[in-house]
Amino acid sequence: MANAKRKKVRTGRAKKTAPAKGAAKRRPAKKARKPKRAARSSAEAKRAGAAKTARKAAPRRPAAKPAAVSPALKVIDAKRIADVVAMLSMEANFDLCGDVEKAIERGLGLEESPVGKEIIGQILENAAIARAERMPICQDTGLAIVFVELGQDVHVRGGLEEAINEGVRRGYTEGYLRKSVLGDPLRRVNTKDNTPAVIHARVVPGRTLRLWVVPKGGGSENKSRIAMLKPADGVEGVKKFVLEAVKIASADPCPPIIVGVGVGGSFEQCAMNAKRALLREVGSVHPDPFYADLERELYRKVNDLGIGPQGLGGRITALAVHIEAAPCHIASLPVAVNMNCHAARHKMAEL
Amino acid sequence: MAEYSMKTPLRPEDVDRLRAGDAVKLTGDIYTARDAAHKRLVDLIKDGKTLPMPLEGQVIYYVGPSPTPPGKPIGSAGPTTSGRMDPYAPILIERGLRGMIGKGERSAGVVEAMQKHGCVYFAATGGAAALLSKRIVAAEVIAYPELGAESISRLRVENFPVIVAQDRYGGNIYRDGQKQYAR
Ligand code: SF4
Repeated sequence: MANAKRKKVRTGRAKKTAPAKGAAKRRPAKKARKPKRAARSSAEAKRAGAAKTARKAAPRRPAAKPAAVSPALKVIDAKRIADVVAMLSMEANFDLCGDVEKAIERGLGLEESPVGKEIIGQILENAAIARAERMPICQDTGLAIVFVELGQDVHVRGGLEEAINEGVRRGYTEGYLRKSVLGDPLRRVNTKDNTPAVIHARVVPGRTLRLWVVPKGGGSENKSRIAMLKPADGVEGVKKFVLEAVKIASADPCPPIIVGVGVGGSFEQCAMNAKRALLREVGSVHPDPFYADLERELYRKVNDLGIGPQGLGGRITALAVHIEAAPCHIASLPVAVNMNCHAARHKMAEL
Repeated sequence: MAEYSMKTPLRPEDVDRLRAGDAVKLTGDIYTARDAAHKRLVDLIKDGKTLPMPLEGQVIYYVGPSPTPPGKPIGSAGPTTSGRMDPYAPILIERGLRGMIGKGERSAGVVEAMQKHGCVYFAATGGAAALLSKRIVAAEVIAYPELGAESISRLRVENFPVIVAQDRYGGNIYRDGQKQYAR
């Protein structure tokens, strides 16, 4: 039952759909993928018969009306958004994404340390148990980070932000997920419903609303770093900073990790790109060959550190290194590292 | 990497036998506590008051489980970062605490107390919280229910899988294991 339900949820295939900014220009045009996506979605919509939550997530296709010259606004009810966010909050925490799981399986084959193998074996068994029993993969079900791509021809009836928070509140309560949010960083009182969510929204062309729920645990988030390097530090400076960050983090972000790197942009954009980089499909190759090479090199060097699963020594410290670059000021070279643990959770839905 | 099955509370000779890298399956009662609970325990000790639980031979698990769903003894329950307990751990070790379960390396102060009084630090797999919760057969909040996920509970565990990360002889698998696989 749990298994059957799971399949109906659209997962965040970040390579194709991540709200990535920096490298957008270099990526293949989105339009080319449209037919494929439509086909996949309608098949999924058909399968979605039984599950209430999943049915709500299944996208309504605008296919009947081929992009009119001046399309009327598409109206989406805030209530529906809340339902979808509630569902995504639970699914993200119960059902490890396939790309991450595959990367962990690959890691099991590559790991040489007996302790490391034992740990990776536990991680895979854990994912299976969490999925089957609909239990959180990790007890730290995180801050609820929500990425929103709002098509400019979408009109949300009701408050978008309230709807997202309502969804998080409901998902975290109904799913028995841990409430880890404090209303104030210094007075430190728990809000008891895991709100407010951290919402990153941007307006894009089109009549689709995309929502990603990305639960982010404290252990890995705490080990993230940012620096404003000097332009003269160059690519070597960036490599050094990334390797140092992983080394300092050691066991704390629960390796095997995914290393999200932001390079360039402004201070806050760089940090944001490091986070967005975590949404990319694990195992996907960067579309820009320069960054694809840099990712490969950093992946090798990070794993040569020998930190290994849980920091107990081994071959597999990272499952992937993902870089998001952005144009930047002549005087700047910002670099940010956002760590994700092996419990790299994210789920996406399109409305 | 030797493998052991051990019962809690731990005896001094259990601790003496364990070396960094050993795999251990624990069975018996253990206690949960995170930073907030540790602070309270240490304050009680400093004020000379009685603790809500025994310490002699006991094992503390650094965990803040997810809420218990109906029909299960506990929610997902993997370890949290141990470093946050480092300021408090030596005082508890001095009072007889013989095992700690968490994730991440411990500070010099904790290591010193472990060597002096005989205590072992176990690593459980961070993020394997659903699997670990299956090895917990009963859970009961025994102190500070108002702390929610941070309250102190007594857990009955069966074959709870941990790895000796730092032993009482200064052995440290974070340090040695990482050195072994670095290139
Ligand atoms: S770092 Fe990730 S896997 Fe580890 S405890 Fe935190 S959320 Fe869980």
